[in-house]
Amino acid sequence: MTSKAGISIEGLNKSFGETAVLKNINLDIAPGERVVVIGPSGTGKSTLLRCLNFLDRPDSGTIRVGDLTVDPANASRSDILALRRRTSFVFQNYALFANKTARENIAQALITVKGQSKADAMARADETLRETGLADKANSYPAALSGGQQQRVGIGRAMALDADLMLFDEPTSALDPEWVGEVLDLMRRVAEQRQTMLIVTHEMQFAREIADRIVFMSDGQIVEQGKPEQLLEAPEDPRTKAFLRRVAKVGLE
Amino acid sequence: MRALDFEYMWDLVPVLLGYVPLTLFMSLVGMFFALILASVLAVERVFRVPVLDVFVRLFISFFRGTPLLVQLFLFYYGLPQVLSFLTTINGVTATIMGLTLHFSAYMAESIRAAILGVDRSQWEAAQAVGMTQGQMMGHIILPQAARVAAPTLVNYFIDMIKGTSLAFTLGVTELMGAAQKEAAGSFLYFEAFLVVAAIYWIMVEALSFSQRHLETYLNKAYAR
Repeated sequence: MTSKAGISIEGLNKSFGETAVLKNINLDIAPGERVVVIGPSGTGKSTLLRCLNFLDRPDSGTIRVGDLTVDPANASRSDILALRRRTSFVFQNYALFANKTARENIAQALITVKGQSKADAMARADETLRETGLADKANSYPAALSGGQQQRVGIGRAMALDADLMLFDEPTSALDPEWVGEVLDLMRRVAEQRQTMLIVTHEMQFAREIADRIVFMSDGQIVEQGKPEQLLEAPEDPRTKAFLRRVAKVGLE
Repeated sequence: MRALDFEYMWDLVPVLLGYVPLTLFMSLVGMFFALILASVLAVERVFRVPVLDVFVRLFISFFRGTPLLVQLFLFYYGLPQVLSFLTTINGVTATIMGLTLHFSAYMAESIRAAILGVDRSQWEAAQAVGMTQGQMMGHIILPQAARVAAPTLVNYFIDMIKGTSLAFTLGVTELMGAAQKEAAGSFLYFEAFLVVAAIYWIMVEALSFSQRHLETYLNKAYAR
């Protein structure tokens, strides 16, 4: 595997209108590190991810990926493009290109963005489809795939980009329960390759399994972070404790 | 009341059919350029490029707001008086220009609406994989918008085919002009224009037939 850059986020702020959604977020992620973000709904977890590739433009702060530093105060269009090309994104609603087959969904960016030949891109797409267990769906359009299959293509599309940082925005939240397992399995395999990952999820068991570090966010701030066993079993902040109690209750039902 | 002269009509058919290629030529070339221009205008309207947007809106407003016939007269009779290099503009060229500009203004609006109808997730996914705006429009957004816009665009194409008959007012001997000349000789106006109407009708019906194939093709990604 090629050596990848770490990510450094400093003083990130984002407001929607009067509402401050991210308040001075600081977070460093080492190459190969798998970080899971948990926290109550509406606390800015998704916005954090979306700010990291400028799907939402942060108001201030800096994002550093390797030698690339992007500051929203003066980020040019090419800075944003460069940032997006060093990250990849898995969407909650899959967001596969509706007019492209599974294979084309993966190959498209390899051709247009990475400048690979069509043959190379298609070969890489087929390889990725095999890894995701969807070789037989190469020519299927998203509309003909189940939610779980669509999300596996979505993850495959992000994997093939070979980005410094893979961002997962609640990748299983929109899935019917029966498809959650196969998507988590695929994410485990991605994690085993020591791909740098930043994952927003409500799957606590999964987080405990694969995370090197868990970050707890509340009200737009990082409240507490640590190794999974430490954060999940011996949280210090009362907000973390309250959240974990609520989640545990749901888990028992 | 008199009986229709069917023999005259029958003899007229091959004569008038000889003008169908010109009609098709003007409408196909017009449609080709109108589609390109309309897509450019529509994309501009979506992104609202500063300054340029004012001109695009003015363009669309003018070409939607004035009759096609007036526009054709402006190009053919008017412009050469102002722009000397246009003195050699011929009727066919003027008609194609007029049709292109006129219909691109309408088509731009329906393409724009189709673009705005493409789900937000498609834009975000294209951005997230690092596509430029041009790549995003070309590979993801416009192909999906085409599917939505296709039925309306075919409608405009039908209108454009029929619009080529106005070339006759610029002295072009096309389908309509030829029928007019024939009728002027025979005084059988009803018969002559009935044949013209039938030919237009059949052309448009043939197009509607291919429209179904076009829509099946554009829908193939959405079949379950």
